[in-house]
Amino acid sequence: MFPELNSILNSTPDSFKSSDFILVSDRRADASFLIHHYLSFYLRAGCKVCFLGLVQSFSHYSAVSQRLGVSLAQAREKGQLVFLEGLKDSVGVLLQEDTSQETQPLSYVRSPGAGLEGLFRFVECSMRQSGDGDAGESWGPPVLLIDDLSVLLSLGVSVGAILDFTLYCQATMCSELQGNMVILVRCEEEDADDVDEEGSNLLQRGLVHQCNLALHVEGLPTGYCRDIHGQMEVWWRQRGENIYNQRKIFHFKVHDKGASFFARGTSSAVL
Amino acid sequence: MAAPVSGMAGSTSTGNATSFQKKPRRKLVSIPGTRPSVQNGQLLVSSGVSSLDYVIGGGLAVGTLLLVEEDRYDSYSHMLLRYFLAEGVVCGHELFLASARDHPDEIVQELPSPIVDDVAGMKISEGQSQPSDPENPDTMKIAWRYQNQPRVQTPDQSSVSQNSCRNVKGVDPTGPLNEDERQAVSLRRSPLPVPYHALLKSIQTVIRKEGFDGSTPQSKVRNVLRLGLHSLGSVLWGDDVCCKDNPAHCHALTTFLYALRGLLRTSLSVAMVTVPSHLIQNRAVMGRIIRLSDTAIALESFRGSEKETNPLYKDYHGLLHVRQLPRLNCLSCEVPDTKDLAFKLKRKQFTIEVLIITDGEQ
Repeated sequence: MFPELNSILNSTPDSFKSSDFILVSDRRADASFLIHHYLSFYLRAGCKVCFLGLVQSFSHYSAVSQRLGVSLAQAREKGQLVFLEGLKDSVGVLLQEDTSQETQPLSYVRSPGAGLEGLFRFVECSMRQSGDGDAGESWGPPVLLIDDLSVLLSLGVSVGAILDFTLYCQATMCSELQGNMVILVRCEEEDADDVDEEGSNLLQRGLVHQCNLALHVEGLPTGYCRDIHGQMEVWWRQRGENIYNQRKIFHFKVHDKGASFFARGTSSAVL
Repeated sequence: MAAPVSGMAGSTSTGNATSFQKKPRRKLVSIPGTRPSVQNGQLLVSSGVSSLDYVIGGGLAVGTLLLVEEDRYDSYSHMLLRYFLAEGVVCGHELFLASARDHPDEIVQELPSPIVDDVAGMKISEGQSQPSDPENPDTMKIAWRYQNQPRVQTPDQSSVSQNSCRNVKGVDPTGPLNEDERQAVSLRRSPLPVPYHALLKSIQTVIRKEGFDGSTPQSKVRNVLRLGLHSLGSVLWGDDVCCKDNPAHCHALTTFLYALRGLLRTSLSVAMVTVPSHLIQNRAVMGRIIRLSDTAIALESFRGSEKETNPLYKDYHGLLHVRQLPRLNCLSCEVPDTKDLAFKLKRKQFTIEVLIITDGEQ
């Protein structure tokens, strides 16, 4: 959890908006540090978290969260965290050794054309079990975190299927269960002359219209800099009946134990 | 003077003996050829080229994938692959090599031999020749200034290939698949084309059989498996991502890399994959391939381009672009000082330096 980001977004683990769909995207940069922020944020808030780890192993998130002050192993044991080990389990599914029921969520690896229904059932099932805590412990509103959604495009799933999946998830998580959703999408360069029909840009544009808050991370437009790792654009979109449509750009620098955000031009390296 | 610590075995002080007792050293299992990183404690292996290790943050982390975008004629990327494998031979790691173009045995025969940094050895030999007759014409006296320089050896075929043939598993996808494999794959309609599927399957089999994923008991000494996969994505692998604008198998290579990274994360192995990126027309696919690997570099050689005769680049043979550096088990990653790097090959030594453009001399 990054305190500076909390103050920018005006939310703390004790008071945050529910039924929120937050889209984190990047272009030629790495926005995964924001996913680590949200993971530790919601675990501290006492929410039940369903994390789809499609690109890194559990130990990676666990090691980072340790530095941010949250123990993932403990959370998983208590039942607060449901972690889908997408990367490691997909090998077995791809080589068709595991056809058991447990690998149903990863069925898109074996047959990418069939869509993401198995994955959605997994999410729905783990979120509806929120009353099943340890010794009757009840958690806060459910949260779905996905890291990252655009890797499904690399596996051959179509943009339409992914958008259907997010729509189903939003209907269940945000509208029905009053929970939150945070999704990471990684985009490529905008090719001016190349209309990308099946691309991550299309996916990102589709998702941006569904979301309430969009955080977009990019490199600095002036080039590479060692002290400022990039810029983050915060776009407050609609919230219920109100349409804010407010955008702000911040510069950031990622450290070992967090990230610092500052207004443009106020980096400590410059001042 | 420290107060004697009671309760420790044998700590009764006798005269000068200190009361501090050295803790019995815990048995640390260390794998040969690896060292922990200073930044985040990751286990690192060398890529074979020390300046490349420096550029990518100390070395290759075990369990990660290094992607090398080939230069136009695949000369320097092939060399990097051979250095990677030769480093594995020297460290005693197991090697797995797959190539569609050259037979793996041929590649193994041509591995460069290590530069022997045998200063101590040389001093002894010098010392021994002193007592003998100094005017003995047979003992060649090396000029004193160069006495302590390491000798650079020319590739010595026999010693390297002897060592390596023992533990190299070569895979040649053009070789005949046995009939059951072929039938089994076609029946189940894998999303991967046959050569990639077979390659992934054989890598998984090697990892399991030799116990790199920890499945076999501790009797065997733990070792690292180095995977060298040459020119993935080229037509020879049955993939058409390099030759068509809208390939039929546009997800084959990306799915393979995704699964390969999953395999690497669960075992003590490290992989170097070279991809002929200059042939891939679709930039989006190249972006995905880079993001699916951990460390990604690209080589751009000057040979055959107008930069070859450009006086600014006369000291170098090409440019090295670092496309991506991994964030492993931590938030931040290695942030390089500069992104302008160039490489050169001088007397069989491949070095990477910061590109310095000097004013044109007269």
